[in-house]
Amino acid sequence: MRYAMTMDIKKCVGCSDCVVACQTENNVPSGYCRDWIVENVDGTYPNLEMEIRSERCNHCDDTPCVRTCPTGASHVIEGGIVKVTPAECIGCGACIQACPYDARYFHPDGYVDKCTFCDHRVAKGQDTACVSVCPTHSLAFGDLDDPNSPVSILLRNRKWKVNAPEAGTKPQVYFLI
Amino acid sequence: MKEELFISGRDIPFIDPVLHIWHWQIPLYLFVGGLAAGLIFFASYFYLTGKEDKYPIAVKIAPIIAPIVIVLGLIALLLDLRHPAYFWQLYTTIRLDSPMSWGAWTLGAVMPLSVLWPLIYIYELKNYFEGMICKMPYKILNWLTNLIEKNWILKWAFALIIKNKKPIAIANLVLSVILGVYTGILLSAFNARPLWNTSILGPLFLVSGLSTGAATIMWMAKDHYEKLTFSKIDLLLIGIEIFFIIHMFMGFLSSTEVQQEAAALFLGGEFTAVFWGVFFIGGLVFPATLEVMELFGYKIPISIPALFILLGGALLRFIMVDAGQITRYLY
Repeated sequence: MRYAMTMDIKKCVGCSDCVVACQTENNVPSGYCRDWIVENVDGTYPNLEMEIRSERCNHCDDTPCVRTCPTGASHVIEGGIVKVTPAECIGCGACIQACPYDARYFHPDGYVDKCTFCDHRVAKGQDTACVSVCPTHSLAFGDLDDPNSPVSILLRNRKWKVNAPEAGTKPQVYFLI
Repeated sequence: MKEELFISGRDIPFIDPVLHIWHWQIPLYLFVGGLAAGLIFFASYFYLTGKEDKYPIAVKIAPIIAPIVIVLGLIALLLDLRHPAYFWQLYTTIRLDSPMSWGAWTLGAVMPLSVLWPLIYIYELKNYFEGMICKMPYKILNWLTNLIEKNWILKWAFALIIKNKKPIAIANLVLSVILGVYTGILLSAFNARPLWNTSILGPLFLVSGLSTGAATIMWMAKDHYEKLTFSKIDLLLIGIEIFFIIHMFMGFLSSTEVQQEAAALFLGGEFTAVFWGVFFIGGLVFPATLEVMELFGYKIPISIPALFILLGGALLRFIMVDAGQITRYLY
């Protein structure tokens, strides 16, 4: 089993519904977020190109955050989901320094918090909160080992890219282009 | 032109500090860790090579600074944690892949051993501090020696420590090198900060730490021969440091875009003046020049080059930690 997410850049309008859904579902303290919207503007006026992405933890295959964690609070669970155990986290910040995607933050309670791919929902067979609310169906979630999962089908039929592949982390959030 | 806007969710004032999560605590700790490593290294090395009486300050007196600065460093580290009450979690596991885990265990071993070493020379330390204007260290040492003499358990333990001087020195020698290298490797392990992704930081910080240790010893030394020897050692170490720094930039400039951008911070970017002007000139070239002048017979108060080397060593850590947190992957 290998969970992954796809994000269709061509469909995203940057409404931030995914952000709010995540904050509500996961009780994210106000002012913080586990997923966010990035708007890249490229070029010189008037020849501009814009790309909107909904970003979150990439639940990498090669996880520098888990490797550098000195206590084992950062760990990988079944399906490749990267999680943090708050009771083991000392808040040293090593994983934050190790993440090329800046996907982690200090929770006000002192531990490091991040996207969990809504593992509590996924365990019940549901989609993640962000995927379930996306009004343009730009987000999709599923198991890469299942050839009939939405992500497997999309990745077979579309061109895609990942963020900062040169960081060598093998990210599992794919951007359809 | 590439512009990146975060339009929602992440509150901008919260986002930028996320990249810059380490402030004064970590560089201060890296500095004192290096300094302690240097002091312990020279003490155990010159003891093991039988030069105890040739370099009395290095072997017998200066190591007292090591446990004091290590404790300061540990306090800084604790202040850096967001969950400081959970620090003991570091000692519930050994994670070979995590340099910070290595560091925690190394410090756990260095801390008691660095206390044992000056304890061996407690009577010499007492003599050294006797004539000082500040009476505090002498009084503490006097109280300690009285305690040892009166209590038979402590007396037995003290004799045991002295009997095992050599194994303690060997352990100290190995641990001091690990401690010195670790202060650099700690940073190089973090994939996301291109400025730190160079393994030369390990040897660079080790050499810089040894150099600050040598500077402290030559500052404290009373005998001209010892001063001169450590001045020479320090000069050699500064030479190696400059060599490593040049190689570090050569590596960056021939590497990927993100590392070239990291190097650009120092080659025309915002850290150029402080790195080359203050650290490189003030913390390496200037004290080295003074040391060379001294070798040629000029009378120079040793405290000047020593102070500049120590400040330079601290500044190097502050610059590297600060600048590293600005560098990042772009996508």
